[in-house]
Amino acid sequence: MDLRTVPVAEPVSRLIAELEKLPGIGPKTAQRLTYYILRQPESEVRSLAQALLDVKTRVRFCAECFNIAEDDLCPICRSPDRDRSVICVMEEPLHVLALERTGRYRGLYHVLHGVISPLNGILPENLKIAELVERVRRHRVREVILATNPNLEGDTTASYIYKLLAPLGVEVSRLARGLPSGGELDYADERTVVEAIEGRRRLN
Amino acid sequence: MARFRVYHTEGVILRRLDFGEADRIVVVFTPGRGRVETIAKGVRRITSRRAGHLEPLTRARLLLAQGRQLDVITQAEALDLFPNLRSDLVRTAAGFYLAELVDRFTEPQQPNPGLYRHLVEGLKLLDLGQDPDLVRRYFELRLLDAVGFRPELFRCLECGRELKPTTNYFSPAGGGVRCPDCGGRNRPVSVGALKVLRFIQSAPAYDRVARLRVQPGLMREVELLLRDYLRFLLERDLKSTAFLDGLRQLSAGG
Repeated sequence: MDLRTVPVAEPVSRLIAELEKLPGIGPKTAQRLTYYILRQPESEVRSLAQALLDVKTRVRFCAECFNIAEDDLCPICRSPDRDRSVICVMEEPLHVLALERTGRYRGLYHVLHGVISPLNGILPENLKIAELVERVRRHRVREVILATNPNLEGDTTASYIYKLLAPLGVEVSRLARGLPSGGELDYADERTVVEAIEGRRRLN
Repeated sequence: MARFRVYHTEGVILRRLDFGEADRIVVVFTPGRGRVETIAKGVRRITSRRAGHLEPLTRARLLLAQGRQLDVITQAEALDLFPNLRSDLVRTAAGFYLAELVDRFTEPQQPNPGLYRHLVEGLKLLDLGQDPDLVRRYFELRLLDAVGFRPELFRCLECGRELKPTTNYFSPAGGGVRCPDCGGRNRPVSVGALKVLRFIQSAPAYDRVARLRVQPGLMREVELLLRDYLRFLLERDLKSTAFLDGLRQLSAGG
């Protein structure tokens, strides 16, 4: 349904158009959300609008790790309980959440905000790579864990960073590769199987 | 009126973009249909069966369903993963370069089976450990032939006379070389560089080129000349060239 041809109040069609821009939201969902919001009490809608504004105006990137923060430093960099000698390098702030949810990692992070991908126009200077090298040089870092995605762009970015960090004498590691939990061997591609056999672990 | 059609094709994955929740737009170069923009659903999930087969710089066999805007990849099986290309940063960067050239020089849905063969050959040569710089020069000249911009390297663009073994002039706009009498203000090209260019252009296969031994300075001249020409044709610099230059500096610096 093209709303431009249907008589709908302008604020309504504008909200639908705005919501449609969001990932995972098509025209139908946008319409449903709009009419839902229309039925809500004004206080609820105000708090949603305020939350939307705050996320943009009160949030910035951590000066140390470039994760999302409210102040100069993010809660993780500020925390006294974290191991400051280990830095885990992530592509996106969302990936930090994936690792934080496990509760098994106690070190710090560094968010690159993307990966090297020349065909999509992204080069090392468009990422927070120089900042990472500077951080490792400045602080006493024992290990850097490269946690970029296990694909070509992620691997390229990891090898590039490794090249920069190698002369600094810091230990550099990469997340383990192989079969995903819940997957099936016969559906795995050749490379994944090779990685799984090369990265096998002793049980005794 | 559903027009449901499914087809098989092989293709080289040029690049991809994240799309929606877990999908990716995958740009594939195929022998029979040229460059095709497709969508692969759910491939960003870690348990996806297709994800590993749809990495850039992979030659894969695909089953596609024709969609309204984008064809949908329903099955994918890698035919060539080029593992040695992937495990080396400079080779990967050179692979990106070949893919970016093909991406820039082709229009959607315009078949160019010759160019497809050259791309597969180029990736294979990088994977086999051939000199990445030489493979790039060889591919550049093959690509220029395949897309109709073969540079004239034997006769002067203006007067048509055979070029003499002296410093001549390369004109990106003219697509070839001018003799000193007609040269004007074009880029000088040394006797050695012209020889190398001619040799690579007329070599019947790469194994002849592989035996070529050229001083670094001369190779650099050839590289910059072709870069000028490609830049003129594309009206832009390639991002992967900048990446390769950066890597070269990094290796030189220590």
